[in-house]
Amino acid sequence: MGILKEFWKGFKVTGSIGLRGLFGKDIVTTRYPSEMRSKPTRFHGRHVLNRYPDGMEKCIGCELCAGACPARCIYVRGADNPPDDPRSPGERFGYVYEINMLRCIFCGLCVEACPTEAITMSHLFEMSVTNRNDAIHTKKELLMAEDGSVPHIYREDPFADLAELDAADGWLRATSPSGVAAYEGETMWQATPGPASWAPEPDQETRDSEHG
Amino acid sequence: MDWVDLLLVAARVVGVFALLVVLTIVNIWLERKIVADMQNRVGPARAGPWGILQTLADGVKLFFKEQVTPRKVDLGAYLLAPFLAVVPAFLIFMMVPLGPGLEVAGRQVPLQGADLNIGILFILAMSSMAVYAVVLAGWSSGSKYPLLGGVRATAQAISYEAAMGLAMVAVVMFSATAPGAESGTLSLAEIVERQSGNWSGTVAFLDPVLSLIPRWYVFPQVVAFVIFFLSAVAETNRAPFDLVEAEQELVGGFHTEYSGIRFAMFFLAEYINILSMCAIAATLFFGGWNGPTWEGVMPGWISAILPVVWLMLKSYVLVVAFFWIRATLPRLRYDQLMSLGWKRLIPASMLWLVVSTVVIGFRQFGLPFIG
Repeated sequence: MGILKEFWKGFKVTGSIGLRGLFGKDIVTTRYPSEMRSKPTRFHGRHVLNRYPDGMEKCIGCELCAGACPARCIYVRGADNPPDDPRSPGERFGYVYEINMLRCIFCGLCVEACPTEAITMSHLFEMSVTNRNDAIHTKKELLMAEDGSVPHIYREDPFADLAELDAADGWLRATSPSGVAAYEGETMWQATPGPASWAPEPDQETRDSEHG
Repeated sequence: MDWVDLLLVAARVVGVFALLVVLTIVNIWLERKIVADMQNRVGPARAGPWGILQTLADGVKLFFKEQVTPRKVDLGAYLLAPFLAVVPAFLIFMMVPLGPGLEVAGRQVPLQGADLNIGILFILAMSSMAVYAVVLAGWSSGSKYPLLGGVRATAQAISYEAAMGLAMVAVVMFSATAPGAESGTLSLAEIVERQSGNWSGTVAFLDPVLSLIPRWYVFPQVVAFVIFFLSAVAETNRAPFDLVEAEQELVGGFHTEYSGIRFAMFFLAEYINILSMCAIAATLFFGGWNGPTWEGVMPGWISAILPVVWLMLKSYVLVVAFFWIRATLPRLRYDQLMSLGWKRLIPASMLWLVVSTVVIGFRQFGLPFIG
């Protein structure tokens, strides 16, 4: 009769959970896409090419991201800035910038390699495309507008979560510039325009002063 | 037998057919919802209110999908198998009496697909036919996993059918004890009628209590009911006896190579069989459509429809039990399945049959050797 007792225990579990579920309690399902889970701050989503608050592009076309990329999915071609209409502060700018999202493994090494924090990662993860060519994101898809808004290839889609993009330069703060933990977020950080620019992390000030 | 009779027969058959299709749509949704609730999920929620149109959407999708026919199939049997599954499933439910019958155009029309006087034998025969569907599907697919599923179906169905039949025999024997009855009956309509009323007059000193208990055969035949219910779960290849289509080991079991509407037919047959088995259990053990109809108190049409409602309520309690079992118990190992069937259920049902027969004999004829 021991087995009947075990049966009873099992049926009690499913029965009580079922009754609670009948009234909508203890449901763990997130009803995506009408309901989104919040993602970790340092989530590795789709890349964004940032601008300075004055509208200049941060990318200088140095191709360090392409060199760092283990999946070889980034193609960069730099060009000299036109003297009368410079795109970026400095000599050169990213003339062509392409990321093949089908090959990208979202490791974030490009973000770490970038000397000007031009490329960062947003929280956007909805990147499905109906065509392989659409998976190659160019500057058109990656570069933020001068007001700081980030392009989205399905911007008109009712389910497109544009707020994901506002986290454009979010997690770079957590990685230290030049790999020195003591200078975390201190000197190298350059703001971006618009909603993509994040406020400092809550304990940023104290951490910086501790490392003096 | 003129055209009115023919029309009435056709109406009954079409009615039962439509009822089954609609209830299957509801049942699949209900199972998904109940199992989801038991697993802290929401289940289908997008199509229609509470996702109730999900099955319909799935059905339409399956209907328009390509029916892939693998190269190695034995085409005749492969095409026959889905029909062999679905036709007996419909035929079984034809035996279930849905209500006491109506007066239409001066004729007494039973609310039943067909009122056979050998209904129980027909049910057993048809549920055996359904096994052929699984075996043929598994064998004709020309693929190893369906074949394994088919082989398992053969052994499983044979071992549980015996127990199920013996449990039904106990009920048939017991139906001979009804007041005014001369012998047991194989007609389901007759069995339901013999379960009307209450137990008063059976055991004299318990009469006040017994007169409150409906004359359902589940009370004296509770062992037969348990055996019948267990065998019904096994017979419909439901968890925890779903070795025939054990997804984790046999891909999809016997229907691995089926797609589109042919797969949908197996699915339809499975859910019709669940409903049929529950309706038959309700009919044999829970008094079928018997229940208060409050004739004269309620409007006439409510009294007319209440028997059907009672039968459906009783059936659905058992259907939900099917789903609950599926959500709770893990699948049996194959040797456990066999030993439960041959070493537990069949001996138990035989023993119960003997005990039940001896008791009925005492009640009918008195103690032997005494006179």
